[in-house]
Amino acid sequence: MNLESFLIMRHEIMLTALAILFLFADLVWKENNKKGLIPFVIILFAVNVIIGLMPASTGVLFGGMYQTSGIQILMKNVLNIGVLIVFIQSYRWLISDEVVHKIGEYFFLLIVTLTGMNFMISSGDFLMFYLGLEIATIPIAALAAYDRLKQKSAEAGIKLILSSALSSGILLYGISMIYGTTGTTYFSDVTSLIHYEPLQILGLIFFFTGMGFKISLVPFHLWTADVYEGAPINITSYLSVISKGAASFIFMIILFTAFRYFIDVWQNLIFLISAVTMTIGNLFAIRQNNIKRFLAFSSIAQAGFLMLGIIGGSQLGMTSVVYFALIYIFSNLGAFGVATAISNATGKENISDYKGLYHTNPKLSLLMLLSLFSLAGIPPVAGFFGKFFLFTAAAQQGFYILVLIAVINAIISLYYYLLVVKAMFLNKSDNPIPYFKSDFPTRLALLICLTGIIIIGFASYVFEYIKNLSFGV
Amino acid sequence: MIGLTATVVFAGKFASWEVEFLSKEFFITLILLSSGVFGFFISLDLFTMFLFYELAVIPMYLLIGIWGSGPREYSAMKLTLMLMGGSAFLLLGLLGIYFYSGNDTVSPTFNILEIAERTIPAEAQRFFFPFAFVGFGVLGALYPLHTWSPDGHASAPTAVSMLHAGVLMKLGGYGCFRVAMFLLPEAANEMAWFFLILTTISIVYGAFGAVHQKDLKYINAYSSVSHCGLVLFALLMMNPTAMDGAILQMISHGLMCALFFALIGMIYGRTHTRMINEMGGIMRVMPFLGVIYVIGGLASLGLPGLSGFVAEMSIFVGSFQINDVFHRVITVLACTSIVVTAVYILRLVGIMLLGPIIHKEHEKLGDAHWFERISAGALTAAIIGMGMAPFWLSDMIGESLIPIVKQLTTNIGL
Repeated sequence: MNLESFLIMRHEIMLTALAILFLFADLVWKENNKKGLIPFVIILFAVNVIIGLMPASTGVLFGGMYQTSGIQILMKNVLNIGVLIVFIQSYRWLISDEVVHKIGEYFFLLIVTLTGMNFMISSGDFLMFYLGLEIATIPIAALAAYDRLKQKSAEAGIKLILSSALSSGILLYGISMIYGTTGTTYFSDVTSLIHYEPLQILGLIFFFTGMGFKISLVPFHLWTADVYEGAPINITSYLSVISKGAASFIFMIILFTAFRYFIDVWQNLIFLISAVTMTIGNLFAIRQNNIKRFLAFSSIAQAGFLMLGIIGGSQLGMTSVVYFALIYIFSNLGAFGVATAISNATGKENISDYKGLYHTNPKLSLLMLLSLFSLAGIPPVAGFFGKFFLFTAAAQQGFYILVLIAVINAIISLYYYLLVVKAMFLNKSDNPIPYFKSDFPTRLALLICLTGIIIIGFASYVFEYIKNLSFGV
Repeated sequence: MIGLTATVVFAGKFASWEVEFLSKEFFITLILLSSGVFGFFISLDLFTMFLFYELAVIPMYLLIGIWGSGPREYSAMKLTLMLMGGSAFLLLGLLGIYFYSGNDTVSPTFNILEIAERTIPAEAQRFFFPFAFVGFGVLGALYPLHTWSPDGHASAPTAVSMLHAGVLMKLGGYGCFRVAMFLLPEAANEMAWFFLILTTISIVYGAFGAVHQKDLKYINAYSSVSHCGLVLFALLMMNPTAMDGAILQMISHGLMCALFFALIGMIYGRTHTRMINEMGGIMRVMPFLGVIYVIGGLASLGLPGLSGFVAEMSIFVGSFQINDVFHRVITVLACTSIVVTAVYILRLVGIMLLGPIIHKEHEKLGDAHWFERISAGALTAAIIGMGMAPFWLSDMIGESLIPIVKQLTTNIGL
C-alpha cells in the first residue's frame, strides 16, 4: 500500500484527521473562550470541502472492500457541502449558554458520522457497508440527545438509538442470509451468485427493511417525527438531509450492483413502498403545526419521491437521485435555516406563530417561500427540475401509474406548503413575530441555500456532469 | 399564433394601468404571471411549455390571496390546487408523448415540431390523450373542472381577473390544440365525441349559470366558462372553419373579458358594490363606462359588427358543415347558449345601466379618469376593429393553421 493508493481514501482520511484535530483543539482551547473554536472549525471544514472538490483518483482498495468512482466522490462532496451549511447554521445555537461548553463534542460527533457515511458510500462489501452505517448512526443518537436536560431531546436520543438498533439487527440478519446462500459478502461476487432462492429474496427484503428505517420510508417511519421534533433543530436538519441522503445513495448503489439481477423483485417492493410513503407522508404533514414535525413528514414524502429515481434502475434514475438530493439539501436546509433563525430569535416553532411574518420579516419569509416552493417542485426554482427528472426517470421505464400517484402527491404536498405560505403572507396576526436581525453566519448559510435553490435548476451542466458519472443496472 | 401573442401583449399592458394604487410586490408577481403566459405561447418545446404553465399558475395564489376580495384564501387555494392538479395530469401526458416520440432509431424529443413529424403509436395516443387534454382543459374551464373559475375570478383583484380570464384561460385552449390534438391526432379523433359532450355542457351550463348570478364578477366568470367551452368545442370539431373560429373566439373573448373585468373594477371602485340589484342608472352618472359596457355586452352576445359575431359565426358554420346527426345536434344545443347569453347581458344592461338610481349617493359619482378611458377605449377599439375587419386576423390565423390542419388530415383522413 503506497501513498498513491492511500490517497484514494482522501475524503475519509481528511475527515478523520479533522475529527481528531477538533477533539484535541477542544481539549486545549481556553475554557472561557469556547466560541473561538467555531470559526476555526468552520474555516477548516470549508477548506476540506474545497479540497474534496478537487479532482481525485479512483480505484479499489483492500481487495474490494473499499471502492470509489466518480459518482461516489460526487456523493461525498454533496454531503460535505450540506454539512458545511449545517455547521454555519448552528453557530447561533452553539454559542447559547446551555451548550457552549460542549462545542467540541458537537463537531467531533458530526464529523465522525460523516466519516461513517463516506465509508458506507464507498463500501464494496456488506461488512464494510454495515460498519460505515453503524459509525454513521450511533453518534447521531448522542447528538439527538444533545440538549440532555430537555426531556424531549433525551427521548429523541433513546428513540433513535433503539429503533436504529432494531433496524440494524434486521439489516444484519438479511446480510447474513445473503452471505449464507452465496458464501461471500463482496457486492461484485454476490451479483453473479444470486438466483432467486427464497432465502436470498428474504435476505433482500430484510435488507430493504433495514434501509427503510434509515431513509424513513413508510411503514418504517414511525420514529421520524418524534425524533425530529425532540432533537435540537440543527441536528434535525442534519438528520433529514445528510443522513437520509447518504442512506439513499448507498441503498441505490447496492440495489444497482449487488442486487442487480433481482431487479424485478425490488422494483415491485419500491413501487409499493414509494406510493405508500408519498401518500402517508403527505397526508400526515397536512395536520402538523410544529414546523419541525411538519418538515419531518414532508421529508418522509420527499424520500418517497426519491424512490422514483431508483425504481427504474437506469442511468437517468441515478442521475436524478443525486441531482434531486443536491437540490433537496439546499431547499430543506433553507427551510430549516429560516425555522432555526426564528426559533433562536423568539423560541417559536409553530406554523400558527408564523402568521403575518411577511409584514415584519420580509426577507426571511421570501426565503422560506422559495425553499418551500423548491420542495414542492414549483418553477422557476431548482426543486421543479429535480422532481421533473425523477418523474422522467420513472416514466422512462414505463411506470406511468407510479408517476401518476407521484404527481397527485405533489399536488397534495403543494397544499400544505401553501398553508405555510398562507400563514406568512396572507394571514394577519395580532401578535406577529417581531422584526429581528439575524447574525452573520445565519445570513451566510441562508445565502448559500438561496444561491443553490436558484442556480442549480438553470445550470444545466450540473445535471450533465452528474449524468456523465452515473451508471445504471 | 402571432395574433394570440399580440393579444396577450395587449391585455398585459392594460392590466397594469392601476399603477397608482398598489404596492410593488403586486407588480412583481403580476409580471411573473405575464412572463409565464408569454413564455407559454412562444415555446415550441413541451418542457418549457410546462415550465411556463406552472410559472403562470403559482403567482395567482399570491395575487388572489393577498390582494383579492371576498373569500380570497379559499378561492386562491382552490384555484391553485385545481390548476396544479391539471398540470399534474398534463405532466404525465407530456412525459408519455416524450418517451413515445422516440424509437429504436431516433431519440425522444421535446420539440413539438419534430414530434409532429413522427408518429406516436395509436395505443399510446389513446392512453395519453385524455391526460394531456384534461390537463389543459382544466385551465380552459372544461366541465366539470371549471369550478375554480367563478370563485377565482370573483375574488381576484381587477387586473388579475382581466389577465386571468382574458389570457390565462386561453392557455388551456391553445394547449389542447397545440399539444393534445396536434401531437396525438388519432386519439383526438377517436375521443372527440366524449369531450364534445363535455364542452357542450360547459357552454350551456356556463350560460345558464350566468343568468342566475347577481354579482357582476360571477356573471362574467360564468360567461367565461361558457365562451371558453365554445373554444374547446370548436377545436374538437376538427374542421378548418371551426378551428379558425376557435382562434378568433379566443382573441375575441380575451378582449371582451378583459374589458368587462376592467369595467367592473372601475364601477366597483366607485359604487363599492358588485351586486346588480343594488346599482342602477349607471348610464346617467357614468356615461362613458356605461356605453363601453353595452358595447362589450353586445359583442359578447354576438352582434354583427363586433368581434364576438365573427368568431361565433365561423364556429357554428364550421361545426354545422360536418355531416352527421351527432355533430349537428350538439351544434344546435351549443347555439342556444347565444340566446341565453342575450338574456343575462340584456337583463344586466336593463337593470344596472338604464334602470332607476337606487342609492342616492350614486348620483354624485364621477365618470372614468383619463387612464381608465385609455384602457377601456383601446380594448373597445380592438373589439370593433376585429368585428369590422376580421379578414386581417383570419388570414393570419388561416396561414398558421395550415400545418396543423394538414397534420390532422393526413393522420385521420378528414
